[in-house]
Amino acid sequence: MTNERYELNKNLAQMLKGGVIMDVTTPEQAKIAEAAGACAVMALERIPADIRAAGGVSRMSDPKMIRGIQEAVSIPVMAKCRIGHFAEAQILEAIEIDYIDESEVLSPADDVYHIDKTKFKVPFVCGAKDLGEALRRINEGAAMIRTKGEPGTGDIVQAVRHMRMMNSQIAKLTALREDELFNAAKELQVPYDLVQYVHEKGRLPVVNFAAGGVATPADAALMMQLGAEGVFVGSGIFKSGNPEKRANAIVKAVTNYKDAAMLAALSEDLGEAMVGINESEIQLLMAERGK
Amino acid sequence: MAIGIVAVQGAFLEHEKILDRLGIEYAELRQKSDLDREYDGLILPGGESTVQGKLLKELDMFDTLRGWIAADMPVLATCAGMILLAEKLSNDDKEYFRSIPMTVRRNAYGRQVGSFHTAAAFGDKGVIPMTFIRAPFVESAAPEAEILSVVDGNIVGVRYKNQIALAFHPELDDDLTVHQAFIGMI
Repeated sequence: MTNERYELNKNLAQMLKGGVIMDVTTPEQAKIAEAAGACAVMALERIPADIRAAGGVSRMSDPKMIRGIQEAVSIPVMAKCRIGHFAEAQILEAIEIDYIDESEVLSPADDVYHIDKTKFKVPFVCGAKDLGEALRRINEGAAMIRTKGEPGTGDIVQAVRHMRMMNSQIAKLTALREDELFNAAKELQVPYDLVQYVHEKGRLPVVNFAAGGVATPADAALMMQLGAEGVFVGSGIFKSGNPEKRANAIVKAVTNYKDAAMLAALSEDLGEAMVGINESEIQLLMAERGK
Repeated sequence: MAIGIVAVQGAFLEHEKILDRLGIEYAELRQKSDLDREYDGLILPGGESTVQGKLLKELDMFDTLRGWIAADMPVLATCAGMILLAEKLSNDDKEYFRSIPMTVRRNAYGRQVGSFHTAAAFGDKGVIPMTFIRAPFVESAAPEAEILSVVDGNIVGVRYKNQIALAFHPELDDDLTVHQAFIGMI
Protein backbone atom coordinates (compact mmCIF):
# COMPACT_ATOMS: atom_id res chain seq x y z
CA MET A 1 0.00 0.00 0.00
CA THR A 2 1.44 3.36 -0.96
CA ASN A 3 1.46 6.29 1.39
CA GLU A 4 -1.03 8.04 -0.88
CA ARG A 5 -3.44 5.11 -0.69
CA TYR A 6 -3.18 5.12 3.12
CA GLU A 7 -4.01 8.83 3.18
CA LEU A 8 -7.05 8.24 0.95
CA ASN A 9 -8.17 5.47 3.27
CA LYS A 10 -7.84 7.68 6.33
CA ASN A 11 -9.75 10.35 4.37
CA LEU A 12 -12.74 8.04 3.86
CA ALA A 13 -12.98 7.61 7.65
CA GLN A 14 -12.97 11.41 7.94
CA MET A 15 -16.05 11.53 5.71
CA LEU A 16 -17.85 9.10 8.03
CA LYS A 17 -17.36 11.34 11.06
CA GLY A 18 -20.43 12.52 12.90
CA GLY A 19 -22.22 9.47 11.53
CA VAL A 20 -23.57 6.11 12.60
CA ILE A 21 -22.38 2.81 11.11
CA MET A 22 -24.99 0.10 11.51
CA ASP A 23 -24.72 -3.71 11.52
CA VAL A 24 -27.04 -5.31 8.97
CA THR A 25 -27.58 -8.93 7.96
CA THR A 26 -29.81 -8.59 4.87
CA PRO A 27 -30.29 -6.19 1.95
CA GLU A 28 -33.66 -5.23 3.49
CA GLN A 29 -32.02 -4.25 6.77
CA ALA A 30 -29.34 -2.36 4.82
CA LYS A 31 -32.04 -0.32 3.08
CA ILE A 32 -33.74 0.43 6.40
CA ALA A 33 -30.38 1.53 7.83
CA GLU A 34 -29.63 3.77 4.83
CA ALA A 35 -33.10 5.32 4.96
CA ALA A 36 -32.66 5.94 8.68
CA GLY A 37 -29.46 7.90 8.03
CA ALA A 38 -26.61 5.40 8.48
CA CYS A 39 -23.37 6.80 7.00
CA ALA A 40 -22.20 3.22 6.29
CA VAL A 41 -23.33 -0.32 6.99
CA MET A 42 -21.45 -3.34 8.34
CA ALA A 43 -22.54 -6.45 6.43
CA LEU A 44 -22.48 -9.62 8.50
CA GLU A 45 -24.39 -12.89 8.64
CA ARG A 46 -25.18 -12.70 12.31
CA ILE A 47 -25.20 -9.66 14.54
CA PRO A 48 -22.96 -9.88 17.61
CA ALA A 49 -25.77 -10.71 20.06
CA ASP A 50 -26.62 -13.79 17.97
CA ILE A 51 -22.95 -14.72 17.53
CA ARG A 52 -22.64 -14.63 21.29
CA ALA A 53 -25.81 -16.70 21.76
CA ALA A 54 -24.89 -19.27 19.11
CA GLY A 55 -21.31 -19.80 20.30
CA GLY A 56 -18.90 -21.84 18.14
CA VAL A 57 -16.47 -20.48 15.58
CA SER A 58 -17.59 -17.31 13.89
CA ARG A 59 -16.13 -16.46 10.47
CA MET A 60 -16.22 -13.96 7.62
CA SER A 61 -19.67 -13.70 5.99
CA ASP A 62 -20.60 -15.26 2.64
CA PRO A 63 -19.31 -12.91 -0.10
CA LYS A 64 -22.58 -13.37 -1.98
CA MET A 65 -24.50 -12.06 1.00
CA ILE A 66 -22.12 -9.08 1.24
CA ARG A 67 -22.52 -8.39 -2.49
CA GLY A 68 -26.29 -8.38 -2.06
CA ILE A 69 -25.90 -5.61 0.50
CA GLN A 70 -23.42 -3.69 -1.69
CA GLU A 71 -26.03 -3.72 -4.44
CA ALA A 72 -28.85 -2.66 -2.12
CA VAL A 73 -27.32 0.62 -0.86
CA SER A 74 -25.28 3.58 -2.12
CA ILE A 75 -23.43 4.27 1.16
CA PRO A 76 -20.09 2.58 2.03
CA VAL A 77 -20.27 -1.11 2.96
CA MET A 78 -17.93 -2.63 5.52
CA ALA A 79 -17.43 -6.28 6.44
CA LYS A 80 -15.58 -8.19 9.13
CA CYS A 81 -12.72 -10.66 8.89
CA ARG A 82 -11.16 -12.63 11.71
CA ILE A 83 -8.14 -11.21 13.54
CA GLY A 84 -5.04 -12.33 11.65
CA HIS A 85 -7.00 -13.99 8.82
CA PHE A 86 -5.38 -12.24 5.88
CA ALA A 87 -6.94 -14.64 3.37
CA GLU A 88 -10.42 -13.57 4.45
CA ALA A 89 -9.24 -9.97 4.07
CA GLN A 90 -7.96 -10.72 0.55
CA ILE A 91 -11.40 -12.08 -0.35
CA LEU A 92 -13.12 -8.98 1.01
CA GLU A 93 -10.70 -6.82 -0.95
CA ALA A 94 -11.49 -8.81 -4.11
CA ILE A 95 -15.18 -7.92 -3.81
CA GLU A 96 -14.19 -4.25 -3.38
CA ILE A 97 -15.46 -3.79 0.14
CA ASP A 98 -15.13 -0.16 1.27
CA TYR A 99 -13.72 -0.98 4.72
CA ILE A 100 -12.57 -4.18 6.44
CA ASP A 101 -13.13 -4.55 10.18
CA GLU A 102 -10.46 -6.90 11.55
CA SER A 103 -12.76 -7.79 14.38
CA GLU A 104 -12.67 -9.46 17.76
CA VAL A 105 -16.39 -10.20 17.29
CA LEU A 106 -15.38 -13.11 15.04
CA SER A 107 -13.22 -15.96 16.35
CA PRO A 108 -9.54 -14.98 16.06
CA ALA A 109 -7.61 -16.89 13.39
CA ASP A 110 -4.23 -15.98 14.83
CA ASP A 111 -3.44 -15.54 18.51
CA VAL A 112 -0.15 -13.71 17.92
CA TYR A 113 -0.24 -11.71 14.69
CA HIS A 114 -2.74 -9.24 13.32
CA ILE A 115 -3.02 -8.79 9.57
CA ASP A 116 -0.27 -6.75 7.91
CA LYS A 117 -2.75 -4.18 6.69
CA THR A 118 -0.11 -2.23 4.80
CA LYS A 119 -0.30 -4.95 2.12
CA PHE A 120 -3.88 -4.04 1.19
CA LYS A 121 -5.43 -1.32 -0.95
CA VAL A 122 -8.72 -1.31 0.96
CA PRO A 123 -8.84 0.36 4.37
CA PHE A 124 -9.07 -1.40 7.73
CA VAL A 125 -10.73 -0.41 10.98
CA CYS A 126 -9.54 -2.15 14.16
CA GLY A 127 -10.67 -2.18 17.77
CA ALA A 128 -8.55 -0.86 20.62
CA LYS A 129 -8.99 -0.78 24.40
CA ASP A 130 -6.16 1.66 25.00
CA LEU A 131 -3.60 3.86 23.27
CA GLY A 132 -0.99 1.12 22.91
CA GLU A 133 -3.41 -1.16 21.09
CA ALA A 134 -4.59 1.69 18.88
CA LEU A 135 -1.06 2.68 17.85
CA ARG A 136 -0.03 -0.94 17.25
CA ARG A 137 -2.99 -1.37 14.89
CA ILE A 138 -2.16 1.94 13.16
CA ASN A 139 1.44 0.81 12.77
CA GLU A 140 0.12 -2.35 11.07
CA GLY A 141 -1.82 -0.14 8.65
CA ALA A 142 -5.25 0.47 10.23
CA ALA A 143 -6.80 3.66 8.80
CA MET A 144 -9.49 3.96 11.48
CA ILE A 145 -9.82 2.92 15.14
CA ARG A 146 -12.85 2.07 17.23
CA THR A 147 -13.30 1.19 20.88
CA LYS A 148 -13.59 -2.49 21.65
CA GLY A 149 -16.76 -2.28 23.73
CA GLU A 150 -18.22 -5.67 24.44
CA PRO A 151 -20.24 -6.58 21.33
CA GLY A 152 -23.74 -7.95 21.52
CA THR A 153 -24.30 -7.01 25.15
CA GLY A 154 -26.08 -3.66 25.02
CA ASP A 155 -23.76 -2.69 27.89
CA ILE A 156 -21.87 0.55 27.29
CA VAL A 157 -19.45 0.21 30.21
CA GLN A 158 -16.50 -1.21 28.26
CA ALA A 159 -16.72 1.30 25.42
CA VAL A 160 -16.71 4.07 28.03
CA ARG A 161 -13.72 2.51 29.77
CA HIS A 162 -11.76 2.25 26.50
CA MET A 163 -12.55 5.81 25.42
CA ARG A 164 -11.60 7.24 28.81
CA MET A 165 -8.42 5.16 28.89
CA MET A 166 -7.47 6.39 25.41
CA ASN A 167 -8.17 10.02 26.33
CA SER A 168 -6.21 9.90 29.56
CA GLN A 169 -3.22 8.21 27.91
CA ILE A 170 -3.24 10.79 25.11
CA ALA A 171 -3.41 13.61 27.66
CA LYS A 172 -0.51 12.07 29.54
CA LEU A 173 1.61 11.79 26.38
CA THR A 174 1.03 15.41 25.42
CA ALA A 175 2.23 16.49 28.88
CA LEU A 176 5.53 14.57 28.71
CA ARG A 177 8.89 16.17 28.03
CA GLU A 178 10.34 15.23 24.65
CA ASP A 179 13.15 13.21 26.20
CA GLU A 180 10.55 11.10 27.99
CA LEU A 181 8.88 9.96 24.76
CA PHE A 182 11.42 7.19 24.12
CA ASN A 183 10.45 5.47 27.33
CA ALA A 184 6.75 6.09 26.62
CA ALA A 185 7.18 4.26 23.30
CA LYS A 186 8.79 1.38 25.15
CA GLU A 187 6.02 1.20 27.73
CA LEU A 188 3.23 1.44 25.16
CA GLN A 189 5.05 -1.12 22.95
CA VAL A 190 4.68 1.09 19.89
CA PRO A 191 7.05 2.87 17.48
CA TYR A 192 8.55 6.17 18.56
CA ASP A 193 7.24 8.18 15.58
CA LEU A 194 3.61 7.41 16.48
CA VAL A 195 4.23 8.42 20.09
CA GLN A 196 5.76 11.65 18.85
CA TYR A 197 2.72 12.31 16.64
CA VAL A 198 0.29 11.90 19.55
CA HIS A 199 2.55 14.02 21.78
CA GLU A 200 2.48 16.87 19.25
CA LYS A 201 -1.11 16.72 18.03
CA GLY A 202 -2.90 15.47 21.12
CA ARG A 203 -4.92 12.97 19.10
CA LEU A 204 -4.68 9.70 17.22
CA PRO A 205 -3.41 9.98 13.64
CA VAL A 206 -6.68 8.39 12.44
CA VAL A 207 -10.40 8.79 13.14
CA ASN A 208 -11.67 7.13 16.34
CA PHE A 209 -15.24 5.82 16.64
CA ALA A 210 -17.13 4.28 19.55
CA ALA A 211 -18.23 0.67 19.19
CA GLY A 212 -19.74 -2.01 21.37
CA GLY A 213 -22.77 -1.79 23.62
CA VAL A 214 -24.44 1.30 22.12
CA ALA A 215 -28.19 0.69 22.48
CA THR A 216 -29.85 4.10 22.96
CA PRO A 217 -29.57 7.71 21.74
CA ALA A 218 -28.21 8.55 25.19
CA ASP A 219 -25.46 5.92 24.81
CA ALA A 220 -24.48 7.48 21.48
CA ALA A 221 -24.48 11.00 22.98
CA LEU A 222 -22.39 9.80 25.92
CA MET A 223 -19.72 8.39 23.62
CA MET A 224 -19.69 11.53 21.45
CA GLN A 225 -19.29 13.73 24.52
CA LEU A 226 -16.41 11.53 25.62
CA GLY A 227 -14.67 12.32 22.33
CA ALA A 228 -15.81 9.64 19.87
CA GLU A 229 -15.93 10.99 16.30
CA GLY A 230 -18.85 8.73 15.34
CA VAL A 231 -20.57 5.57 16.47
CA PHE A 232 -20.95 1.94 15.41
CA VAL A 233 -24.23 0.33 16.43
CA GLY A 234 -24.36 -3.43 16.19
CA SER A 235 -27.07 -5.42 17.84
CA GLY A 236 -28.65 -2.32 19.38
CA ILE A 237 -30.81 -1.53 16.36
CA PHE A 238 -32.08 -4.73 14.81
CA LYS A 239 -32.41 -6.46 18.19
CA SER A 240 -34.75 -3.74 19.41
CA GLY A 241 -38.52 -3.39 19.22
CA ASN A 242 -38.62 -0.67 16.56
CA PRO A 243 -35.35 -0.70 14.58
CA GLU A 244 -36.33 2.08 12.17
CA LYS A 245 -37.29 4.56 14.84
CA ARG A 246 -34.34 3.72 17.07
CA ALA A 247 -31.89 4.01 14.16
CA ASN A 248 -33.33 7.42 13.24
CA ALA A 249 -33.07 8.61 16.83
CA ILE A 250 -29.46 7.45 17.26
CA VAL A 251 -28.43 9.22 14.03
CA LYS A 252 -29.90 12.51 15.25
CA ALA A 253 -28.42 12.01 18.72
CA VAL A 254 -24.94 11.78 17.19
CA THR A 255 -25.46 15.08 15.30
CA ASN A 256 -26.82 16.97 18.31
CA TYR A 257 -25.09 15.09 21.10
CA LYS A 258 -24.85 18.08 23.39
CA ASP A 259 -28.49 19.18 23.16
CA ALA A 260 -30.19 17.48 26.11
CA ALA A 261 -33.66 18.75 25.21
CA MET A 262 -33.40 17.24 21.75
CA LEU A 263 -31.98 14.01 23.21
CA ALA A 264 -34.98 13.83 25.55
CA ALA A 265 -37.38 14.10 22.61
CA LEU A 266 -35.38 11.53 20.63
CA SER A 267 -35.46 9.08 23.53
CA GLU A 268 -39.26 9.02 23.75
CA ASP A 269 -41.35 6.02 22.66
CA LEU A 270 -38.54 4.05 21.12
CA GLY A 271 -40.10 0.75 22.18
CA GLU A 272 -38.16 -2.12 23.66
CA ALA A 273 -34.36 -1.69 23.75
CA MET A 274 -32.29 -4.78 23.13
CA VAL A 275 -32.08 -7.05 26.14
CA GLY A 276 -28.75 -6.30 27.74
CA ILE A 277 -26.21 -8.58 29.35
CA ASN A 278 -24.01 -7.15 32.10
CA GLU A 279 -20.26 -7.54 31.84
CA SER A 280 -20.19 -9.70 34.99
CA GLU A 281 -22.75 -12.10 33.51
CA ILE A 282 -20.78 -13.03 30.42
CA GLN A 283 -18.37 -15.89 29.99
CA LEU A 284 -16.50 -14.59 26.98
CA LEU A 285 -14.87 -11.14 26.90
CA MET A 286 -14.33 -10.52 23.20
CA ALA A 287 -12.26 -7.41 23.96
CA GLU A 288 -9.51 -9.71 25.26
CA ARG A 289 -9.03 -11.11 21.75
CA GLY A 290 -6.00 -9.61 19.95
CA LYS A 291 -3.97 -6.99 21.82
CA MET B 1 -17.68 38.21 8.28
CA ALA B 2 -19.00 34.83 9.42
CA ILE B 3 -19.39 31.57 7.54
CA GLY B 4 -22.03 28.98 8.40
CA ILE B 5 -20.74 25.42 8.04
CA VAL B 6 -23.33 22.67 7.75
CA ALA B 7 -22.30 20.27 10.53
CA VAL B 8 -24.97 17.57 10.62
CA GLN B 9 -22.52 14.87 9.47
CA GLY B 10 -19.19 14.56 7.68
CA ALA B 11 -15.88 16.39 7.45
CA PHE B 12 -16.89 19.87 8.62
CA LEU B 13 -13.98 20.14 11.08
CA GLU B 14 -11.53 20.07 8.16
CA HIS B 15 -13.19 23.17 6.65
CA GLU B 16 -13.07 24.86 10.06
CA LYS B 17 -9.32 24.28 10.30
CA ILE B 18 -8.82 25.97 6.94
CA LEU B 19 -10.97 28.95 7.94
CA ASP B 20 -8.91 29.15 11.16
CA ARG B 21 -5.79 29.44 9.04
CA LEU B 22 -7.43 32.21 7.01
CA GLY B 23 -8.58 33.97 10.17
CA ILE B 24 -12.26 33.76 9.20
CA GLU B 25 -15.04 33.45 11.76
CA TYR B 26 -17.50 30.58 11.40
CA ALA B 27 -20.21 28.64 13.22
CA GLU B 28 -21.43 25.05 12.98
CA LEU B 29 -24.99 24.56 11.74
CA ARG B 30 -26.32 21.47 13.54
CA GLN B 31 -29.95 22.40 14.17
CA LYS B 32 -32.63 24.92 13.27
CA SER B 33 -31.75 27.40 16.03
CA ASP B 34 -28.22 27.67 14.60
CA LEU B 35 -29.79 29.39 11.57
CA ASP B 36 -31.16 32.27 13.61
CA ARG B 37 -28.19 34.55 13.07
CA GLU B 38 -26.83 36.10 9.87
CA TYR B 39 -24.09 34.55 7.79
CA ASP B 40 -22.11 35.87 4.85
CA GLY B 41 -21.36 32.51 3.29
CA LEU B 42 -22.25 28.84 3.52
CA ILE B 43 -20.10 25.70 3.37
CA LEU B 44 -21.58 22.29 2.54
CA PRO B 45 -18.87 19.78 3.53
CA GLY B 46 -18.05 16.25 2.45
CA GLY B 47 -19.70 13.28 4.07
CA GLU B 48 -22.63 11.12 3.07
CA SER B 49 -25.16 13.09 1.01
CA THR B 50 -28.02 10.73 1.94
CA VAL B 51 -27.39 11.35 5.65
CA GLN B 52 -26.88 15.10 5.33
CA GLY B 53 -29.89 15.62 3.06
CA LYS B 54 -32.14 13.61 5.33
CA LEU B 55 -30.97 15.37 8.50
CA LEU B 56 -31.28 18.84 6.97
CA LYS B 57 -34.89 18.06 6.10
CA GLU B 58 -35.83 16.31 9.34
CA LEU B 59 -34.12 18.88 11.55
CA ASP B 60 -36.14 21.53 9.69
CA MET B 61 -33.10 23.38 8.33
CA PHE B 62 -33.58 22.65 4.65
CA ASP B 63 -36.00 25.41 3.63
CA THR B 64 -34.04 28.15 5.36
CA LEU B 65 -30.80 27.05 3.69
CA ARG B 66 -32.56 26.82 0.33
CA GLY B 67 -33.73 30.40 0.85
CA TRP B 68 -30.19 31.56 1.56
CA ILE B 69 -28.85 29.85 -1.54
CA ALA B 70 -31.68 31.28 -3.67
CA ALA B 71 -30.83 34.74 -2.31
CA ASP B 72 -27.32 34.33 -3.79
CA MET B 73 -25.40 33.74 -0.57
CA PRO B 74 -21.89 32.56 -1.56
CA VAL B 75 -21.71 28.76 -1.21
CA LEU B 76 -18.77 26.37 -1.23
CA ALA B 77 -19.91 22.77 -1.62
CA THR B 78 -17.53 19.81 -1.62
CA CYS B 79 -18.31 16.21 -2.65
CA ALA B 80 -21.56 15.42 -0.80
CA GLY B 81 -22.26 19.16 -0.96
CA MET B 82 -22.05 19.06 -4.77
CA ILE B 83 -24.67 16.31 -4.76
CA LEU B 84 -26.96 18.42 -2.56
CA LEU B 85 -26.76 21.33 -5.03
CA ALA B 86 -27.30 19.32 -8.22
CA GLU B 87 -30.50 19.86 -10.13
CA LYS B 88 -30.50 16.18 -11.03
CA LEU B 89 -28.70 12.99 -9.98
CA SER B 90 -28.25 10.49 -12.80
CA ASN B 91 -28.17 7.39 -10.59
CA ASP B 92 -30.38 8.36 -7.68
CA ASP B 93 -33.95 9.67 -7.57
CA LYS B 94 -33.36 11.79 -4.46
CA GLU B 95 -33.34 15.55 -4.84
CA TYR B 96 -32.14 18.31 -2.55
CA PHE B 97 -31.47 22.02 -3.22
CA ARG B 98 -31.39 21.65 -7.02
CA SER B 99 -29.77 25.08 -7.25
CA ILE B 100 -27.15 24.38 -9.96
CA PRO B 101 -28.35 23.32 -13.44
CA MET B 102 -26.20 20.21 -13.70
CA THR B 103 -26.57 16.44 -13.64
CA VAL B 104 -24.28 14.72 -11.14
CA ARG B 105 -23.37 11.05 -10.87
CA ARG B 106 -22.96 9.76 -7.31
CA ASN B 107 -20.04 7.43 -6.50
CA ALA B 108 -18.97 8.04 -10.09
CA TYR B 109 -15.54 6.43 -9.55
CA GLY B 110 -16.95 3.34 -7.84
CA ARG B 111 -16.09 2.13 -4.36
CA GLN B 112 -13.22 3.14 -2.09
CA VAL B 113 -10.60 1.37 -4.26
CA GLY B 114 -11.50 3.98 -6.92
CA SER B 115 -10.63 6.91 -4.63
CA PHE B 116 -7.58 8.89 -5.81
CA HIS B 117 -5.41 11.96 -5.46
CA THR B 118 -4.33 14.18 -8.34
CA ALA B 119 -3.57 17.77 -9.29
CA ALA B 120 -5.41 19.85 -11.88
CA ALA B 121 -6.35 23.40 -12.77
CA PHE B 122 -8.94 25.21 -10.67
CA GLY B 123 -10.44 27.90 -12.90
CA ASP B 124 -7.80 30.56 -13.58
CA LYS B 125 -6.20 30.05 -10.16
CA GLY B 126 -3.62 27.51 -11.31
CA VAL B 127 -3.06 23.84 -10.56
CA ILE B 128 -4.10 22.64 -7.09
CA PRO B 129 -4.05 19.27 -5.30
CA MET B 130 -7.33 17.36 -5.46
CA THR B 131 -8.46 14.46 -3.28
CA PHE B 132 -11.39 12.36 -4.52
CA ILE B 133 -13.08 10.05 -1.98
CA ARG B 134 -15.88 7.88 -3.40
CA ALA B 135 -16.47 11.02 -5.38
CA PRO B 136 -19.20 12.16 -7.74
CA PHE B 137 -18.61 13.98 -11.02
CA VAL B 138 -20.71 16.21 -13.23
CA GLU B 139 -22.14 14.40 -16.24
CA SER B 140 -23.50 17.54 -17.83
CA ALA B 141 -23.95 21.18 -16.92
CA ALA B 142 -26.00 23.98 -18.44
CA PRO B 143 -24.00 26.54 -20.52
CA GLU B 144 -24.60 29.18 -17.80
CA ALA B 145 -22.52 27.11 -15.37
CA GLU B 146 -18.81 27.90 -15.55
CA ILE B 147 -16.59 24.81 -15.67
CA LEU B 148 -13.78 25.29 -13.13
CA SER B 149 -12.03 21.93 -13.21
CA VAL B 150 -11.85 18.88 -15.44
CA VAL B 151 -10.06 15.62 -14.53
CA ASP B 152 -9.75 12.76 -17.02
CA GLY B 153 -12.37 14.39 -19.22
CA ASN B 154 -14.93 14.62 -16.39
CA ILE B 155 -16.19 17.89 -14.93
CA VAL B 156 -15.27 18.02 -11.24
CA GLY B 157 -15.65 21.72 -10.46
CA VAL B 158 -18.43 24.14 -11.38
CA ARG B 159 -19.36 27.70 -10.54
CA TYR B 160 -22.91 28.91 -11.03
CA LYS B 161 -23.93 32.36 -9.76
CA ASN B 162 -22.46 32.49 -6.25
CA GLN B 163 -22.10 28.75 -5.79
CA ILE B 164 -18.89 26.75 -6.16
CA ALA B 165 -19.47 22.98 -6.30
CA LEU B 166 -16.52 20.58 -6.28
CA ALA B 167 -16.36 16.79 -6.56
CA PHE B 168 -13.08 16.76 -4.64
CA HIS B 169 -12.10 17.83 -1.12
CA PRO B 170 -9.96 20.98 -0.92
CA GLU B 171 -10.39 20.74 2.87
CA LEU B 172 -8.22 17.58 2.92
CA ASP B 173 -5.17 19.23 1.34
CA ASP B 174 -2.90 21.98 2.57
CA ASP B 175 -3.67 24.29 -0.33
CA LEU B 176 -5.82 27.35 0.49
CA THR B 177 -6.67 28.42 -3.08
CA VAL B 178 -10.27 27.22 -3.13
CA HIS B 179 -11.23 28.70 0.23
CA GLN B 180 -9.53 31.97 -0.66
CA ALA B 181 -11.54 32.10 -3.88
CA PHE B 182 -14.72 31.39 -1.91
CA ILE B 183 -13.96 34.11 0.66
CA GLY B 184 -13.17 36.42 -2.26
CA MET B 185 -16.79 36.06 -3.44
CA ILE B 186 -18.11 37.57 -0.21
